[in-house]
Amino acid sequence: MELLEGNNLTMVFGGLSALNSVDIKINKGEVLSVIGPNGAGKTTLFNLLTGVYSPTEGKIYFRKKEIRNLKPYEITKMGIARTFQNIRLFGEMSVLDNVIIGQHCRTKTGVFGAIFKTPSTRKEEALVKERAMDVLKFVGLEALHNEKAKNLPYGKQRRLEMARALATDPELILLDEPAAGMNPQETNELIELIEKLNDKGKTVLLIEHDMKLVMGISKRIMVLDYGKKIADGPPDEIKNDEKVIKAYLGESSLKEGRAC
Amino acid sequence: MNYYLQILTVIMINSILAVSLNLITGYTGQLSLGHATFMGIGAYAATLFTLKLHLPFLISIILGASVAAFFGFIIGVPTLRLKGDYLAIATLGFGEIMKNILLNLEITGGPMGLRGIPKVTNIYISAVALFLVIFSLNRIMNSRVGKSFIAIREDELAAEAMGINTTQFKILAFIIGAFYAGLAGGLYAFLFRYINPKDFGFMKSIEILCMVVLGGMGNTYGAVLGACIITVLPELLRSISPVIAQYRMVFYGLLLIIMMIVKPQGIISAPSSNKKEYKNSLEKGGQ
Repeated sequence: MELLEGNNLTMVFGGLSALNSVDIKINKGEVLSVIGPNGAGKTTLFNLLTGVYSPTEGKIYFRKKEIRNLKPYEITKMGIARTFQNIRLFGEMSVLDNVIIGQHCRTKTGVFGAIFKTPSTRKEEALVKERAMDVLKFVGLEALHNEKAKNLPYGKQRRLEMARALATDPELILLDEPAAGMNPQETNELIELIEKLNDKGKTVLLIEHDMKLVMGISKRIMVLDYGKKIADGPPDEIKNDEKVIKAYLGESSLKEGRAC
Repeated sequence: MNYYLQILTVIMINSILAVSLNLITGYTGQLSLGHATFMGIGAYAATLFTLKLHLPFLISIILGASVAAFFGFIIGVPTLRLKGDYLAIATLGFGEIMKNILLNLEITGGPMGLRGIPKVTNIYISAVALFLVIFSLNRIMNSRVGKSFIAIREDELAAEAMGINTTQFKILAFIIGAFYAGLAGGLYAFLFRYINPKDFGFMKSIEILCMVVLGGMGNTYGAVLGACIITVLPELLRSISPVIAQYRMVFYGLLLIIMMIVKPQGIISAPSSNKKEYKNSLEKGGQ
């Protein structure tokens, strides 16, 4: 069953088309990776799916509902969460508070509830804190919950971003280059974490350059080049796809018959 | 009233102003250059409720603050889509518009202002008001609402991606800040017994901003400290020589320049950033 479907997605910035009638389909429970050279339109695709941009053309359906004109916060509420390519944590806030913020759209406390600390506010706050600690345990950051987010080492900041996204209770989670800048050990831990996420029933859409990670955990891979989809299929198929090899390694490598 | 008691009362009113601007600028990260306008709206509204409708003091100042909050909403809806400098300019424009309206309306007494306001505000009333403002603000800042404000300041795009309706929450910060400022305005009117549009102009907005920047952006007690310093400083200068007191704006300016060079985060910087904690995290980071 498809969870998300984007048809004929086109995004034009000025005269430059960053995406050119791309179709994307994400099935429930799968790990789909989007790969492609720099500037291929991967992050633009993410920004369309999460409502940062509204597509110039095309339609997006999430759980059969059209989401193309929704604001980012509305899309988050519907069940799509994301992380960012360049980490965007709330640096001055504690690790715990970052994850608590993630639950914003699932909670209700308003100004008056906060001032008078009504029983329902107290109950909600206790629940939110408990859930936040659970999520931190899941990603292995519970011991650092009192630290300021900006003081975490790089790899842990990436984990915290995932924890924060997870706290929004999404059905689909979009990870934008989660392994960027990670050492091999951190990458291995990340692979485990994504697999754990997927086992929990979360559908994952991944942008990644690290081929070991991509080939290891993707059920399906979609390849973009210059804003166009050039391939879509299981990892083994993609590895030997001529167009993909050409896009990554250039024309001559094909003649020599070498695949990545 | 005793001179010192009067200064203490003014300190408390100014503290409410600084604390309320700190909510908008320090916590939510939206630069407002028209904060004195909300104070003025509160002062005029509360005064008119008492003079024209003969409502009791307490009801007048609360209604006055509510009117200011309503204007916070009115000004917030169109302008809070703007960011940074653009928002600052828009709030500046709003301040000038309101000043001119107050100067030209008949009911506000035009440039003559309003006089004959009963003297009600005293040290106790302003102390209770300040306490209630800080108490409620702390509660808000520790809640889902306050955390959303800080998230917006830290990273607006990420806040939106976390499901926060950022425009709505920025407007909310404006409404709450305007309410507190309007309350301070009401207290001010019933202390000095005379108000006129010049009391709530651009210079007052800048003065409030100075308090916040001096004390420490994003810290309620820093804002209170800033209010104390900026209120006491001209009195101190006056006691040295009345001539020097005339140059108090020069001193504000100098003070700000020195602050920006020596300690740009303000006298009291944001909470929970002590050295020990930082060292701890460095050690953990090195593992």
